Amino acid sequence: MTHVTPERLQEMQAEYAARISEPNIRHLFICGGTGCHATGSLKVKDALHEEIAKHGLEDRVRVVETGCNGFCALGPLMVVHPDNVFYQKMTREDVAEIVSEHLVNNAPIERLMYKDPQSKKRVPLFSDIPFFALQKPWTLRNKGIINPESIEDYIGREGYMGLSKALLQMQPAEIIDEMKKAGIRGRGGAGFPTGMKWSFAAQNDSDIKYVLCNADEGDPGAFMDRSILEADPHAVLEGMTIAARAINATEGYIYCRSEYPLAIKRVQIAIDQAREMGLLGENILGTDFSFDIFIYQGAGAFVCGEETALMRSIEGKRGMPIPRPPFPAAQGLWKKPTILNNVETLANVAQIMVNGGEWYSSVGTENSKGTKVFALSGDVNNIGLVEVPMGTSLRSIVYDIGGGIPKKRKLKAVQLGGPSGGCIPEDHMDVVVDYEEIAKVGAIMGSGGVIVMDDKTCMVDMARFFLEFIQEESCGKCTPCREGTRRQLEILERICEGHGKPEDITLIEELSEMITSSALCGLGQTASNPVLSVLRHFREEFEAHIFEKKCPAKRCPALVDFKVINERCKKCGKCASVCPVGAVEWKKKEVAKINTDICVQCMSCYSACPFDAID
Amino acid sequence: MNTLELTINGKVYAFTQGETILDVARRNDIFIPTLCYLKNASPTGACRMCVVEVKGARSLVASCTAPAGAGMDVQTESKSVVKSRKMNLELLLSSGSHDCLLCPSTGDCRLQDLAFRYNATGKRFERTKPKYQPDFSNPFLIRDFSKCILCGRCVQACKEVQVNNAIDYGYRGSDAKIIAKCDLPLGDSDCVFCGECLQVCPVGALSLKKARQKPRVCETEVVRTTCAYCGVGCQMNLHVKDNVVQMVNGVDAIPNHGSLCVKGRFGMQFINSDERLKTPLIRKNGELVAAEWGEALSLIAEKLGEYKEKNGADSIGVLASARCTNEENYLFQKFARAVIGTNNVDHCARY
Ligand SMILES: Cc1cc2nc3c(=O)[nH]c(=O)nc-3n(C[C@H](O)[C@H](O)[C@H](O)COP(=O)(O)O)c2cc1C
Ligand code: SF4
Ligand code: SF4
Ligand code: SF4
Ligand code: SF4
Ligand code: SF4
Ligand code: FES
Repeated sequence: MTHVTPERLQEMQAEYAARISEPNIRHLFICGGTGCHATGSLKVKDALHEEIAKHGLEDRVRVVETGCNGFCALGPLMVVHPDNVFYQKMTREDVAEIVSEHLVNNAPIERLMYKDPQSKKRVPLFSDIPFFALQKPWTLRNKGIINPESIEDYIGREGYMGLSKALLQMQPAEIIDEMKKAGIRGRGGAGFPTGMKWSFAAQNDSDIKYVLCNADEGDPGAFMDRSILEADPHAVLEGMTIAARAINATEGYIYCRSEYPLAIKRVQIAIDQAREMGLLGENILGTDFSFDIFIYQGAGAFVCGEETALMRSIEGKRGMPIPRPPFPAAQGLWKKPTILNNVETLANVAQIMVNGGEWYSSVGTENSKGTKVFALSGDVNNIGLVEVPMGTSLRSIVYDIGGGIPKKRKLKAVQLGGPSGGCIPEDHMDVVVDYEEIAKVGAIMGSGGVIVMDDKTCMVDMARFFLEFIQEESCGKCTPCREGTRRQLEILERICEGHGKPEDITLIEELSEMITSSALCGLGQTASNPVLSVLRHFREEFEAHIFEKKCPAKRCPALVDFKVINERCKKCGKCASVCPVGAVEWKKKEVAKINTDICVQCMSCYSACPFDAID
Repeated sequence: MNTLELTINGKVYAFTQGETILDVARRNDIFIPTLCYLKNASPTGACRMCVVEVKGARSLVASCTAPAGAGMDVQTESKSVVKSRKMNLELLLSSGSHDCLLCPSTGDCRLQDLAFRYNATGKRFERTKPKYQPDFSNPFLIRDFSKCILCGRCVQACKEVQVNNAIDYGYRGSDAKIIAKCDLPLGDSDCVFCGECLQVCPVGALSLKKARQKPRVCETEVVRTTCAYCGVGCQMNLHVKDNVVQMVNGVDAIPNHGSLCVKGRFGMQFINSDERLKTPLIRKNGELVAAEWGEALSLIAEKLGEYKEKNGADSIGVLASARCTNEENYLFQKFARAVIGTNNVDHCARY
């Protein structure tokens, strides 16, 4: 093993810059995130190599498999550099054309370019696509650009410069000061100021301390952390090593769920590379500071993202929370002072060291600094990974970046913070991304899951879904969470099935109060948030279920009676053709009619009607 | 040194660093109900029955785990505390089958006591069907999961007090269950049947085998005694009815601090055995015949003297019993060495 020197890091940066801007060389950045792997990007990549060889272009074209590019819904996707062209939904069959037309004849292929959902026009330039143009990729600065399995690429883009500065030019206390100046708050959900967390652990004397990275990511609909680990694993390692230096830790663990095999593979490669170059292990960068990182694979329990449960799990015990105090900064993993940070938090650290805390805090709001990565999903056109400055409005995320709601439907609400968060209705869409502002409207920032819901979403059913998740994921230790959320779920199930009782709303509220105020850990303490936020913003929908036995969104089969709105019906007969039980009576040129005695409320006709004529 | 003080229910109390709110309250005879708290084990904070209101705190605080803090203003029975406890009890009482009339623990059940105190009926929610069949797999105790409130005291007792590690939480959410490894019946597990779990279970989830054919604990009379089985001399309470020991519990005193072993806890039937020896027996013409202590001791002295005279002291060996106390064993070896004059002394525990 040869220890890399700070000078060598600088040289490698220059080499990379030369490599990437070499004249007459094209780079094809093909996305190799989990999403694009699933849609076949590896096959496309193989085909590209074959075609490039066929045309003898090996010296002029370099194919780079990157981590998640972010626009997962359009995969497999690719960016051609330096042409600034973005291709989406590529197949093996498209490859020959891409090579012969674009790479040989310099004629980009329009049909593979991004189509704006509103204007229906193709967008030729990558940087003009609103989805990308409106983002601020700080945490994700390397996504879609570097090969995550190449430490040279990472170093080429200022990689390990933050560590080099922190080790050679800064005292541990200065590192913490810089983090405080940056004002960065934990991205795992609770938003605790990171600099302060580190300073607590730094104060506690111990010959052994730990730095842990929380890559459990159990929130349904969230994939920010996975994407970061897949796209830029060294950023997390560098962040952890800087944290270790700040508190004088000796060992680190990345707690990653085993459902993330690609992330685990890439992190392990990164660890091996960093060790090989003396950027991890004994005497990092030739200094007397030593620190090493190991991966611990969790079995994928939501509760293991809770800090005390996570530490028990690494200790080989059942992943079950324990009371605090003692806090991890005093007694964490194996009772040693420990800090635990989220993947995204750690991925920002190196850049804060390089550019300074003030640079970081120049973006954002009064109390929420920097950027935030969100996983946009649900009823939105552009599903994917987005990073925006704090202070961006939800409306902008959903409409400008997300491209609005598909099928011209209306936005109903956005769920932030998953099972611990709450829904934010359409009329609050101007709320900005900021820990306190979001809390004011009854949700939480959470770790970054954004689930967009259109007007066909039943909010009672949505609350029921999250409670079902909570019941499955509760560890079962404390009474309020184990028994209380089960009762809440039972009540919501019966409401959705049409057996709601008048006293149910009060009972849910009473249970929520008890569970929130007395559960042992964050899982239980926040488990009632989704249902409470629905009660706050969509109470009438609850009442309709209970008192009128109606589901206004027509999602709860037991509570809908379908009928055809005669004025809207265009007599096309689609409904009759999809009904599996023959409940729709229709003759050519006649308005359809639904026989409610036969109808089994399967919703087929409702979804099939092109004119929204079934209600 | 400054004295540390906090206020509980409007009165000021001194405390020392490291005490929990519950410690301070208990020391001053202030009632705070607990279900999972187990003395001599690390607190788990599982039941949330001990919650109190602390002025300025974000939510209710579990007093068994919260360290007492200088200047804290604590309410142990405020409206929100009582509401929370009552709801907690409603949830516990409706999970499983808490039909006290048919339960061996009636009269000796923490849940029942608290239901009475907080006027909880268990009728706010529909009763859930028991998910797990009871475990009768061993000769000592019954595990009735339909009455288990998952307080985890048995786990703490097994893990931290007895250090047997035979049981732990298994499964998740409302499927949670206290299991032996691989959810085997206790009889096929690492359990050594010390019965510590039985003693700490606050409800009727763990009960004695044949509990239904026995009087309930609340009907028995408590007799404090020392275990007769071994030299440890564990302190125990015998629960006696009709001159029969129905159940045995350890007493929290030196040397055992509440613990017992399988013999002391489950082995007291010998007291009422027909085969129990009540007098010395002397073999006369091939038959064992009851005798007085005086006659028996004289015979022993006579014979020992005879053998020593004839074959020398080293022809005699002395074997002591593990059921004697240390003091008795000491005297016995003294007798061997000083009176008989031999070093041939041994103890049953050695072979
Ligand atoms: C039930 C539960 C699940 C959690 N899951 C995660 C998770 O998957 N990832 C994460 O980073 N933090 C999670 N957290 C928050 C962590 O406990 C912890 O606060 C966080 O990792 C600290 O890092 P940060 O300060 O960088 O946010 C969870 C918390 C709770 C209560
Ligand atoms: S709140 Fe839920 S997850 Fe947390 S300790 Fe209690 S039962 Fe377990
Ligand atoms: S365990 Fe207690 S509350 Fe439950 S049935 Fe027995 S006596 Fe009643
Ligand atoms: S009897 Fe003893 S060893 Fe067996 S489970 Fe109970 S405490 Fe553990
Ligand atoms: S068996 Fe008894 S002690 Fe063990 S968890 Fe159940 S109720 Fe608690
Ligand atoms: S036999 Fe068991 S219970 Fe009795 S004294 Fe000895 S150790 Fe204690
Ligand atoms: S006694 Fe405190 S939580 Fe159970």
